[in-house]
Amino acid sequence: MPPDPPRDAPLFLARATYRRRRLMDAARLLPVVGAVLFLLPMLWFVSGGTRTAVGGLYLFAIWTGLIVIAAILSRVLVRGEAGGRGRDGPDAAP
Amino acid sequence: MTLSFNLLLAACLAYSALLFIVAFAAEKRARAGRLGILRSPLVYTLSLSIYCTAWTFYGAVGYAARSGLEFVTIYLGPTLVIVGWWAMLRKLVRIGRAQRITSIADLISSRYGKSTALGVLVTLLAVIGTTPYIALQLQSVTLSFSVFTDGGVGDETSTGLWVAAGLALFTILFGTRNLDVNEHHHGIVTAIAVEAVVKLVAILAVGAFVVWGVAGGPTAVFALIDASPIAQWQMQQGRWVTLLLLAATAFVCLPRMFQVMVVENTDETHLATAAWAFPLYLLAMSLFVVPIAVVGLAVLPAGSNPDLFVLNVPLAFDKEWLAMLVFLGGFSSATSMVIVAAIALSTMVSNNIVMPIWLNARRGDATLSGDVRNVVLRARRLSIAGVLALGYLYYRLSGGGGALAAIGLIAFLGVAQVMPALVGGLFWRGATRNGAAAGLIVGFVIWIYALFLPGIGTGTVMSAQFLADGPFDIGWLRPRALFGIDGLDPLVHATLWSLGLNASVFVVVSLLGFPGPLERLQGSEFVNVFRFSTAHKGRSPTTAEAEDLLMMAQRILGAREAQALFQATAARQGKDGYLPDVTSDFLERLEREMAGSVGAATAHAMLGQIAGSGAVSVADLMRVADESAQMMEHSIQLEAKSEELGRTARQLREANEKLTAISIQKDAFLSQISHELRTPMTSIRAFSEILREAGMDRETRDRYAGIIHDEALRLTRLLDDLLDLSVLENGQINLHETDVELTDVIDRACTAALSDGARLTIRRVVADERLMLHTDADRLTQVFINIIANAAKYCDAPSPELRITVSACGDGINVDFIDNGGGIPMAQHAVIFEKFSRLGQTRIAGAGLGLAICREIVARLGGQISYLPGQGGAAFRVNLPQARFGAHAVASVA
Repeated sequence: MPPDPPRDAPLFLARATYRRRRLMDAARLLPVVGAVLFLLPMLWFVSGGTRTAVGGLYLFAIWTGLIVIAAILSRVLVRGEAGGRGRDGPDAAP
Repeated sequence: MTLSFNLLLAACLAYSALLFIVAFAAEKRARAGRLGILRSPLVYTLSLSIYCTAWTFYGAVGYAARSGLEFVTIYLGPTLVIVGWWAMLRKLVRIGRAQRITSIADLISSRYGKSTALGVLVTLLAVIGTTPYIALQLQSVTLSFSVFTDGGVGDETSTGLWVAAGLALFTILFGTRNLDVNEHHHGIVTAIAVEAVVKLVAILAVGAFVVWGVAGGPTAVFALIDASPIAQWQMQQGRWVTLLLLAATAFVCLPRMFQVMVVENTDETHLATAAWAFPLYLLAMSLFVVPIAVVGLAVLPAGSNPDLFVLNVPLAFDKEWLAMLVFLGGFSSATSMVIVAAIALSTMVSNNIVMPIWLNARRGDATLSGDVRNVVLRARRLSIAGVLALGYLYYRLSGGGGALAAIGLIAFLGVAQVMPALVGGLFWRGATRNGAAAGLIVGFVIWIYALFLPGIGTGTVMSAQFLADGPFDIGWLRPRALFGIDGLDPLVHATLWSLGLNASVFVVVSLLGFPGPLERLQGSEFVNVFRFSTAHKGRSPTTAEAEDLLMMAQRILGAREAQALFQATAARQGKDGYLPDVTSDFLERLEREMAGSVGAATAHAMLGQIAGSGAVSVADLMRVADESAQMMEHSIQLEAKSEELGRTARQLREANEKLTAISIQKDAFLSQISHELRTPMTSIRAFSEILREAGMDRETRDRYAGIIHDEALRLTRLLDDLLDLSVLENGQINLHETDVELTDVIDRACTAALSDGARLTIRRVVADERLMLHTDADRLTQVFINIIANAAKYCDAPSPELRITVSACGDGINVDFIDNGGGIPMAQHAVIFEKFSRLGQTRIAGAGLGLAICREIVARLGGQISYLPGQGGAAFRVNLPQARFGAHAVASVA
């Protein structure tokens, strides 16, 4: 069943709310991006493969990047939630 | 290897004592309400670290030494899941809090209509998947012991036994101290957080020692890696994807992870911190794995167990205190995992297996008494002991060794079978209980057949020949080449088939099925959790919520009984749905009901836990009110309103029609009455003028005077009628009630009405008329005369006839007057009793007041006059009370 569109959903949102919605989108997309990047080394083995040291550096770099982005996103998301918006927007449920 | 066994044992015991003290202090703080750091995001994040068991603590290095970078998938999977907390974990935690979920089995069972069967299924799956894992932890502890003792002092099996017993003691002490409605174990979570720090410090210390103490800096480490046997990254793509998926899945589905992540969660925002802090922890844990592995490979003698490199590398450089730290780290990893797993499993076993059985068994008893809390606690304690005993038994029977080490990933796939039902339950309202059960069973069976049984060692359950040829030589049923797919890595193969078929069957059965009402209600509550609930800052233990009470009562009384009780109470309070206001009355009643099943003291204690003080807010009620129930209620209200409106409109229309008809009648009457008045007036005036003229003989004068007199009498009669009616209508009439026989009244009426020679035949059954009445005989006669005279006047039959029948009806009698004429048209029925009502035609004189007067009189006499349709002619029914002595005294006074 598709999530029924809430009847009172406004068509246009205030800038802050709009930004917050896009942040939520980004937070949902982050694991997908991470998964793609973690699976990317599979392509290296089409032509020969690589050294463990290089692969390790790559994986740990991606890992660190994910942690940093997640830290920023969750900080902003939590602050937004504490800042008066007790309820989630209608599109909060994915 | 100079570290003495006794020193090691002393360190181990001291460390355990420290954990006891930490847990005890935390419990004490929590009890005093000073939660502070106990519920900080830091503790929450650290408690998640039970994901890193001894298997990963020791095994990751071994894994890296064997297969290079593949080990890192075990950490990358959970990283992806928790980094995407906003998409899934947040919902899971919110549901866990909103529904007071106690375990993953509880979650699945609750989502799919509180199905006991599903709860049992998931519990079994969890027990089967976790027991070998516990055995693995026991093995790692005894193995690490043996490193220090060279396998000499103390035999391994007894070490395992002591460890298992100690863990059981700790878990029972702090895991089943109380039956918290929130299932929070502050002591244990704090102890785990401490252990998490020890683990991390230990591995980082070894890592730092290896990088800077042995290799001589990061650059040297890279050189060392390039020179090692694992210099080239040998990636098996299939395993890479599968392991990422499995690790991600296991992170959510492992009972112990669910316990710390969802059940022990005290604040949703902790998840936001864990979203980056926990991946950071995992990164730190795995940062030095490859360096330790390559150093171990380089410095340790060939053939040494790579799973113990973490311990053996420091020992090889005579860093005994570092080795001691590592040992404690490994000990921490093993114990924290076992403790939480045992708690999670015991909660599942007691709530999903023991309690349903116990309550079922109890239901048959005549006296439903007993302490449900004690039963639950005892069940949990026994389950903890049972789970650890099972783990130990498995460890003894499997004989340790490599077979056990392989069990980690096998267990991952086992618990991963819950994933389709879990994800479907969270995001898809169409997911049904049957679908979930079918998917789980299919996945479970394939997992057992294709991975678990072959994995616990060739020859134990499945012979080599069985594996090679399949059962009864059926090739496509070979456990490692199902449906002819051969040549895959066994793990990849089993994952593909079990999870793939599990998910497919789940979806297909769900699509085809139709869920029950409770399932749909729960489905809506789970999927739309954010629409109904708001973020709570932790569970407040002192507010009484009807929902909490219902949830608890359901667990004690059974879902149907509790719902019926709550619904009845809500209905009495004038509310719809299942949630009444929490009034003291209601609490008392609920306590009484529960005391009937679990004993008064327990019922009181349990209610006391929830119902401290505080009020239920409208928002709370709204949260649980089922969406569709609300809609339905609304539409029913609308329907009722529109029906009412329709009724009112109809009544208005009828009233309007009547008013219009009356108005027309009034106009007709006015012209009639002026005619009636003018005719005698004209005669009187004309004849009196003639009389004034002289020359008229006496006879003529007498005749004219007679005419004037008659006309004056007619006028008087008309005016009398009008006066009569107005008096009757104002209730200013005096009744002279006496006891009369009905037959006399009718006799008089017939005689009077037919005295002017009307040709109307009256048919009566005099025998029926011998009834005594207490009434005003003159007035009643007047009514009957009017009716009979009407029949004589209006009956249009060639030979008019009037039947008078008398019948008893209840405590009254009916007198029916039925003629054989054409009757009165339907349209006139409503107005014949109105004043000035005349039946259209004016060929017969009359003011149209007769029936109106009759109606008033009969009403005064305590009866009723009505037109009786469908009798073949005009028919009137006079209903009179029979001989009710003194009943009309009031009327006569009024």
